[in-house]
Amino acid sequence: MFAYYLELALRSLRRSPGLTALMVLAIGFGVAASMTTYSVFRAVSGDPIPWKSAQLFVPQVDNWGPKDRDPDGEPPSAMSYLDATTLMRDHRAKRQSAMYQISPSVVPTQAGKHPLNVTGHAVYSEFFPMLDVPFLYGNGWSAQDDAQRAAVAVISSKLNEKLFGNVDSVGRTVNIEGRDYRVVGVLDHWNPQPRFYDVTNTGGFSENVEDVFLPFERAISVGLPNNGNTNCNATPKESGFVGLQHSECVWIAYMAELDDAAAVSAYRQYLDAYAKNQQKAGRFGWAPNNRLRDLPDYLEQQQVVPRDTKVSLLVALGLLLVCLVNTVGLLLAKFLRRSGEIGVRRALGAPRKAIYLQFLTEAGMVGAAGGVLGLLLTGVGVASVGLVLPKSISDLARLDLSLLVITLLVAVLATLLAGLYPTFRASRVQPAWQLKSN
Amino acid sequence: MTLHPILAALRKHKAGVVLIAMQIALTLAIVCNAVFIIGQRIERVNRPTGLDESNLFLVTQQWVGAPGEDVPGGVDKLDAMQLEDLAALRQLPDVVSVAPINSLPLLDSSWNGAIASKPGDTRGGGKSVTRTTYYFSDDQMLPTLGVRLVAGRAFNAGDVGHQGFRDQRDPDIAILTKALADKLFPDGAVGKAVYLNGGNKPVTVIGVVERMQVPYAGGGDEVAWNSTLIPTRLNANFARYAVRTKPGRLDEVMRAVMPALYKVNPMRVLDDDSVRSFTEIRDKAYRADLGMAILMGVVCLILLCVTAAGIVGLTSFWVGQRHRQIGVRRALGARKIDILHYFQIENLLIAGTGVVIGVLLAVGLNQWLMSHYEMTRIPVLYVLTGVLAMLAIGQAAVFVPARRASNVAPVVATRAV
Repeated sequence: MFAYYLELALRSLRRSPGLTALMVLAIGFGVAASMTTYSVFRAVSGDPIPWKSAQLFVPQVDNWGPKDRDPDGEPPSAMSYLDATTLMRDHRAKRQSAMYQISPSVVPTQAGKHPLNVTGHAVYSEFFPMLDVPFLYGNGWSAQDDAQRAAVAVISSKLNEKLFGNVDSVGRTVNIEGRDYRVVGVLDHWNPQPRFYDVTNTGGFSENVEDVFLPFERAISVGLPNNGNTNCNATPKESGFVGLQHSECVWIAYMAELDDAAAVSAYRQYLDAYAKNQQKAGRFGWAPNNRLRDLPDYLEQQQVVPRDTKVSLLVALGLLLVCLVNTVGLLLAKFLRRSGEIGVRRALGAPRKAIYLQFLTEAGMVGAAGGVLGLLLTGVGVASVGLVLPKSISDLARLDLSLLVITLLVAVLATLLAGLYPTFRASRVQPAWQLKSN
Repeated sequence: MTLHPILAALRKHKAGVVLIAMQIALTLAIVCNAVFIIGQRIERVNRPTGLDESNLFLVTQQWVGAPGEDVPGGVDKLDAMQLEDLAALRQLPDVVSVAPINSLPLLDSSWNGAIASKPGDTRGGGKSVTRTTYYFSDDQMLPTLGVRLVAGRAFNAGDVGHQGFRDQRDPDIAILTKALADKLFPDGAVGKAVYLNGGNKPVTVIGVVERMQVPYAGGGDEVAWNSTLIPTRLNANFARYAVRTKPGRLDEVMRAVMPALYKVNPMRVLDDDSVRSFTEIRDKAYRADLGMAILMGVVCLILLCVTAAGIVGLTSFWVGQRHRQIGVRRALGARKIDILHYFQIENLLIAGTGVVIGVLLAVGLNQWLMSHYEMTRIPVLYVLTGVLAMLAIGQAAVFVPARRASNVAPVVATRAV
């Protein structure tokens, strides 16, 4: 019976090619526009580390006080050197790392090659296991290396290729900012977007690949300055990078891994106790005002997703809605034009159910055709997004299997939904009235 | 022609009428707001930086193995290296002028602080204090950037000092942008003292420039022009140089920069983005804004086409359905133009209802966006233009089916269906 309805639908669609083409085009364009903007939205609002984001927390300590707080009472989004290193020393989370962005130069060993500039982070050893950083060769460094300020480095596969060719370079030496470091690990194409572990210094999305990771205390001890945002509530009393470390300026990102609710509340208590101690010691003249957000909350609070992507997604959903209304109208016109045919079928004994099935099949067919067209147009859309949007965002917008499936599903479901009312009207056609009037 | 028969006929197609009106209402609401957003983005992109942007480029470079600022004598050594670079760049053929500078408008790398007309004022929220961006450069800054002086004097060679990049010493003199000067001193800023970052040291304003935008592109109009110019070369392991070339010689000079600097000192980083024309800097700064505007514009265009197509489709259906009635009217003496007008007026009625609802929806949507996305109120002009555009699209869409209807021959009335 279904095959018969398919044939009927095909015949009916062929009878009014103009109207059919209009519907298919409307659905195709509507679905494609929504899916293209959705792919951009999904790219920028996606969870960069979905399997672990619920266990990753960003502590914030209010070292500025009520006078310099934002109007909403939010403490600074980064940490001062004093707070970050104290939290590291206390080591209360399962894993944790303070980190700051660096931008050192690297001198290739081959003669005649000019030095290059790389970006990276100074981090603690627990950074790598905490964020499940994938390694191509070797591994991160040890806690002992942290403590001894060892001259070790983890480099990206890209830098590895540039400096050593595509070989396992673990144990080789790389010259960073005029000093030699031993390579202990090579990353396996790791470039999470947004750069969730250091939103304050990267703004979320970054076109640069992180090329170098050095031990935090090593970088501090050799005076490798920070590159990124430094926010101060007062001019530092001493000058230079050392002066920055002694100031209340905030420039260090921090992340902690806490496995369960108990660990989270324990860490919260620890932060409050720390702030209370600072209050007692006279450093803070105010009650504790800390925050401990998990990663998704923190990214939301930092407004990592560009505002316009949300608005344009809304506009695109609006387009989909208009396309639906449009399809309802056109299907209605199409179905009611065949009132006579419906009348005959009903008079010959077809139940309402059969009419429903017949016309929903037709609607579904229009939806499927619209979906296929939509798929093609979404492909074109996603490909051309790269022409207009910054590379850091457009590179993330991809046409993958899930987007393909969603596109088809949205098209078919939306059209079926749009077909409901016209089908209902068609099924209400009075056979006797139709037969009489003809 | 009386409206009565049209209204009576519409009552027979309630569903179709409601659907078209709804579609027009939704389209109006969405397109109005989207076009408003696009307009705001374009306005932002078109804001002048205050610079003469042609024939200007920026060099960003980093020394390798240079002494740190914290090392004794380090700052002086770094300054000597910077002066060597400046001298080499100034000697290049076709170069008009060169200035060291910590950032440029739209470069998105900024040094910000508070500036006040009273000592010790940071963020009291009063009128005497405001946010500002600092530009550190030398006496060649104004001619190099093409920024116009409107009051007082420019920096001269004797004013220029140097200090470590992280040294937060206050200068003796500064030049303000007009926007900033007017905010702090409505009755003229030249000769007055300003205080930086809540400090107590008076900094004398020696001049006012017409306009110079801050490095971050996203700032609203209230902060976008708040720049303070300071006659100091900043010394760090990196340096930026702004270079103005003779007209039309930009590409040649840009190509000559890398070899010239490597000749001075090969131990430095100069890569693909080290030498960038101001046009490139501008394009990069506004790429996301423009991209989103284009994306939204395309969606709006599709939206309008779909709505027009919907009107064509439904009206065609109605024309087909009323074939016989049209024939009867024609046989009874209605002219072609009467039939055409009938469908046009019918469409005007439906579209009119649609746009009334659409205006309400548009304002509602705007209110909602204002509460969620820091939008401003939509100007009446946008809504009015939208209304007229929707009515025009309705008329355009109905024309083809309506003309087909007017071509129905009177003889149809006499034929059996």
